[in-house]
Amino acid sequence: MQPSRDQLMWMYRTMILIRRYEERMAEVYFEGKTPRFDIGWGPVPGEMHLAAGQEPVAVGVMSHLGDHDTVTGPHRPHHLAIAKGVNLKAMTAEIFGKKTGLGQGKGGHMHLFDVAKKFSCSGLVGAGFPPALGAALAAKMQGKNWVAVAFAGEGAANQGSFHESLNLAALWKLPVILVIEDNSYGISVPKAASTAVPTNADRAAAYGIPGAFVPNNDPVAVFEAAGIAVERARQGQGPSLLEIKTDRYFGHFQGDPELYRPKGEVDTLKGHDPIARLRTKLMEGGVLSEDSDAALRKAVEAELEEAYAFARNSPYPEPTEALKHVFV
Amino acid sequence: MSERKITMSKAIAEAIDLEMARDPKVFVMGEDVGIYGGIFSSTTGLFAKYGGDRVKDTPISETAFIGAATGAAAEGMRPIVELMFVDFFGVCMDQIYNHLAKNTYMSGGSVKLPVVLMTAYGGGYNDAAQHSQSLYSLFAHVPGLKVVVPSNAYDAKGLMHTAIRDDNPVMYFFHKGLMGLGWMSSPATASTPVPEGDYTVPLGQAKVVREGQDLTIVTLGWMVHRSLEAAAELEKAGISAEIIDLRTLVPLDRETVIKSAQKTGRVLVVDEDYQSFGLSGEIAATVAEAGALKSFRRVAVPDVPIPYSRPLEQYVLPNPQTIAQAAQGMLEMVG
Repeated sequence: MQPSRDQLMWMYRTMILIRRYEERMAEVYFEGKTPRFDIGWGPVPGEMHLAAGQEPVAVGVMSHLGDHDTVTGPHRPHHLAIAKGVNLKAMTAEIFGKKTGLGQGKGGHMHLFDVAKKFSCSGLVGAGFPPALGAALAAKMQGKNWVAVAFAGEGAANQGSFHESLNLAALWKLPVILVIEDNSYGISVPKAASTAVPTNADRAAAYGIPGAFVPNNDPVAVFEAAGIAVERARQGQGPSLLEIKTDRYFGHFQGDPELYRPKGEVDTLKGHDPIARLRTKLMEGGVLSEDSDAALRKAVEAELEEAYAFARNSPYPEPTEALKHVFV
Repeated sequence: MSERKITMSKAIAEAIDLEMARDPKVFVMGEDVGIYGGIFSSTTGLFAKYGGDRVKDTPISETAFIGAATGAAAEGMRPIVELMFVDFFGVCMDQIYNHLAKNTYMSGGSVKLPVVLMTAYGGGYNDAAQHSQSLYSLFAHVPGLKVVVPSNAYDAKGLMHTAIRDDNPVMYFFHKGLMGLGWMSSPATASTPVPEGDYTVPLGQAKVVREGQDLTIVTLGWMVHRSLEAAAELEKAGISAEIIDLRTLVPLDRETVIKSAQKTGRVLVVDEDYQSFGLSGEIAATVAEAGALKSFRRVAVPDVPIPYSRPLEQYVLPNPQTIAQAAQGMLEMVG
């Protein structure tokens, strides 16, 4: 399954939107935190986990999903939320802790909930697998051909929830896809020091379901592998497991000293930038020109400017609103 | 005694270091405790000194490695296990509350489990509902777990020595905002003079950190510092507050609390945990059972998850103003 010209362009644009969103967030995050860094200061306080470099995972999979399909994400969720079509203004406002945010300021960046887009995420590692199974079960019980996709880092594949979910999904033949984003590190711990097998895709065999490893952080390769898995799920043939090799350009969180990373590693990774590679491919294929690329990037900046301005200009919730929403 | 002043994180790492040096059975495992030195610097320097065999990074497999701590302890080892945030304990709770906490009892005391489970708790820096909880009362509720919550570097070191030498499971809670990290504000009073050598602070011995006559503030952890600030304000209004730092929840030093309640006649509990079914209720019951309960109030998180947005989080966490207001309210009451 090859992406159409439109799909390629959507992936390209969305990857740029994600990248620039994260770069901009990195800048905003350090507002009020310089010269002295304090995690609780500035317009965006708390932990911040950015996904620059991991765009191919999001766009390659999300190309096959619609609003009816459910996505659960981990603590590093922005790329997935953006590719799923989560309202960018409301998401950004949430990250700024504003009343106009997705959760009216209650959740923050690790806890984004967009009911209309069937997107949610959690700050707990491996916590997104079981709810994705539940969404898939709900679709199946209601006779819908909707699917659910759970995303998590490679560190999450050592959680009990991952293995329990694989078994249950296989047993009940649920229309669910478990996607492991292998960005090489669980905070500071490299994959080889945490995981007994070279690729988590191999673990699918233990549950009698298909498992595919997608190397090279390439959106088109992700598109192809995810296409097969989603189609299988829609046709009632059950779950699949994908592991996608990807790269984390920033630290685990903003402020991470990254002493565990070899010097120059990030520069090497950036030399293999999936956006630049797709750009070359699109240029060579005559799909993209210098002019259309510039216009596209300008439109992306305008969209971001709108979202960030909305977030900045929105009011904070009233303090007493802290007491609301424990129950509906 | 040395007069050098160190942070709480350094005090904790130092106690672990000294215990590892004196007893080869002591070892550390957890997420990012190796090269990283613990996300909150509780194990800084240990990996370089003792290597990966005794300072072990683990996969994100808490049921496995916390359960393994129980198993290793039963075989005579003395594991110190870190799980980064107390909020994360849900994933491995069965190994803790059905096994680590109960095996000693169910074996008629024949199984010893000298495990220290170390974790970060608390909020105040906008990390939202899954990374800001206190939850120590949840663990104190389960029989079989000792629960330690230091408020400063001196106590942190002495309590860690005691915890490691204890033949029972000890849950060791440190507040992120007390650790003296370069990237998170700490009250100046959290770093204290700390002796370089080893020493112990007993479990179950609260400390009167401020003497007073008009009311007793019972608290622990970060809230000790906020209560001290409140007490300074109250002093200006002519109110003399006594402050008790519980230091450990299990065992709980009920005697010190009761004695102070008998003296002042008013008890105010300041707790960063959720209000209902927890520490504040336990203190009220303790004082009431002793017949010493005349006037009681509490300032705690009002039974909502910790919200992300700054004005919301600041509203739910006890602060010097809300503490002082509650105290003044008690003094204005008749009697």
